[in-house]
Amino acid sequence: MKWSRVKTVAFKEVIEIWRDKLYLSMAFMIPTMMMVVLGFGLSMDVEKIPFVVVDYDQSQQSRDYLHRFIDSRYFDYQGQTAHEKEAEPLMIQNKIRFILVIPSGFQRDLLQGQRVKIQPVIDGLFTYQAKVVKGYVSAINANYNQELMTQWLKKKQGMNAHEIAALLEPVRLETRYLYNEKLSSLWSTGSGMIMLVMLMAPAILTALGVVREKESGSIFNIYASTVSRSEFIIGKILPYVLISMFNLLILSWMALVLFGVPFKGDPLLYLTASLFFVSCSTGVGMLVSTLVKTQASAALITMLGTMIPGMMMSGLLMPVNSMEAAARVEAHLLPAMYQLNIVWGSFLKGQGWPELGTNVMVLGGYAVFLWSLSIWRFRKRVTS
Amino acid sequence: MNWLWWVRVYALTKKELLQFSRDIVLLFAVAWFFTAEVYIAGSGVTMELNNAPMVVMDHDRSEASREWISQLKQPYYNVLGQAHSQQQANAMLDKGEVLGVFDIPADFQKQLLLKQQTSIQLQLDASNIILGTLASSYSGLMNAEYNQQWMLKHMKVVDPDSIQVPLIEERQKINYNPEGKSTWFMPISEMMTVITLLSLFLPAAIVVREKERGTIEQLSVAPLSPFQILFPKILAAEIIILTGVAICIFGIIGSVFQVPFRGSLLSFFMVTAVFVYAVSGLGLFISSVSRNLGQALMVSFMLLMPMLLLSGAWTPRESMPDFQQYLMFLSPLSYYIDIGYSIILKGATLDLMWQPLLQLFGLGTVLFWFGIWQFKRQFS
Repeated sequence: MKWSRVKTVAFKEVIEIWRDKLYLSMAFMIPTMMMVVLGFGLSMDVEKIPFVVVDYDQSQQSRDYLHRFIDSRYFDYQGQTAHEKEAEPLMIQNKIRFILVIPSGFQRDLLQGQRVKIQPVIDGLFTYQAKVVKGYVSAINANYNQELMTQWLKKKQGMNAHEIAALLEPVRLETRYLYNEKLSSLWSTGSGMIMLVMLMAPAILTALGVVREKESGSIFNIYASTVSRSEFIIGKILPYVLISMFNLLILSWMALVLFGVPFKGDPLLYLTASLFFVSCSTGVGMLVSTLVKTQASAALITMLGTMIPGMMMSGLLMPVNSMEAAARVEAHLLPAMYQLNIVWGSFLKGQGWPELGTNVMVLGGYAVFLWSLSIWRFRKRVTS
Repeated sequence: MNWLWWVRVYALTKKELLQFSRDIVLLFAVAWFFTAEVYIAGSGVTMELNNAPMVVMDHDRSEASREWISQLKQPYYNVLGQAHSQQQANAMLDKGEVLGVFDIPADFQKQLLLKQQTSIQLQLDASNIILGTLASSYSGLMNAEYNQQWMLKHMKVVDPDSIQVPLIEERQKINYNPEGKSTWFMPISEMMTVITLLSLFLPAAIVVREKERGTIEQLSVAPLSPFQILFPKILAAEIIILTGVAICIFGIIGSVFQVPFRGSLLSFFMVTAVFVYAVSGLGLFISSVSRNLGQALMVSFMLLMPMLLLSGAWTPRESMPDFQQYLMFLSPLSYYIDIGYSIILKGATLDLMWQPLLQLFGLGTVLFWFGIWQFKRQFS
């Protein structure tokens, strides 16, 4: 293998990319767009939930209770309706997600020291949101109950505040969120998107790069030239690795500035691992390009082949530990999981070589494997 | 619009369908999207806390602490055992082996018996936001239940319903999907994404292929208006997509995932047809800017992304930043998602949904004429 030939092939590729303006702009626009779209679009923050109230009691107590919801930043008060029947169409139209019904006699029963049954109605359409809303409602009620009980016990039993607290809430659960203290969706899925985007975009770009030559017929020049298989593949792949590394820096910058994610880890480790990972994804594209003949099928196959494992098998949405055995094995066989460990480890967890070293090595090995496989698969021959 | 006009439309639509049926790659891709893709998305992504691995640092090792731990049950939690030191716990958290660590203080039981308040610390890995939120919420509920049991035991109450105390009892009712099954939500979301992608890409592909082969020149010299050339192509795309939707609803969503179809099928198909029409204008626009199928696919993908972001396919409208909520009015998909989900899961009828439907139709008409105008322009 001669380095000068590799350089020539790479140089030719750069010129070609430069001259195709649509292709060039897409090479840089697709990753940034995907990052913005997926980062903001996959927001898992549950806030400002629109709700209406049906207050059959209209008393001082019911208004006081109601204000627990109105004042919460998790809920967005949309007014009152006279009857539940009027509220339900609003839920069907997706204008509200939650109906709070306060029965008549709410104040009377509570003042007499009796239980009141209420029935909050939650829209179950977005399953995750519904579960979180359920938790919020229970928390607000538990809080309110505690105040009610405190007042009542003070009056009836003459207990002091200290005793009452120990009776009502003997065990307090203090939750500390590690790695993502503010429980921000952008920190978590937002930074994770770097992995997904840098898996998909370089693969598609590289696959199109080679298949384009096959479609236009310029590949015959390569077949007839003195360039060897490995020189061609490596020369062809290098510009895409370069473009992708540049994109990766932009995406990391976006995560830091646009999403406000902190970077707590080792930048050198992160960049080394990313270089390996980008080599993997360009390698995937190269491998696909040796298998297909048209640009359309190349783009389709790489899109399907990278998006599904990247989303489902990486731990981005579902942790690898709670997958079923077969899926867990598959996750370990693909590079996505290792890069996600590195991205979250570097950005959120502040980990370095001792924790992440193996992940980096696996990615490096994977890149070498994919490149060799592409060289082996590539034939300088016209297939009939 | 005489008889001849319709004969031409019929003949051209037939030609497009015939051409489509001969393109194996495209045929396979469409079939894949409407079946396997929807199936994978539906069965793969669960936004649930399932067997979350947890460890306990029990410094007390008393009856009370064991009782508290025993509440951490399947299917939410999977208690792996004890961690002996904070270092060990940290290492497990860092490696992602466990989602959380419960730290029970040494004087836990003593404090309880002394009627003093005590606290348990939960350290939770929140790098995955979904799991972090759910684990925190469920642990809080579980602890509240423990507290209530303890209080009742302490007050020597046997039947909790018999005591008279001022309490609010909630009987939460979750509508439309009471068990919170992701398999009812994800496949529909994915199907709508697929419909969007194909209503962008198919009209574009059908036109671009004529450009690639040069047969577009034949069409442009034929005695046909641009509308007459394009209308059958859109019609063919409608037929292909609606067939795919039917297969998807009956074959995957209805039978594999057992999602109840609560509204009227007819109105759902009607709304889908309006949506495909609305997006196909953008498809024509794509065809006018791209020279080959590969480019058309890339541009479709680029347009699909912002449409998805501004649609509410994954996240409800109110979770988005304000500026995005305004931009959502520009995305045809946001109207379709609103209407589609409501018809399928909420059993909505069109008289509740006529407003977004009309908006979708209006937006679609603007996009459609924009597409035709773009198409005409490339020949002048």
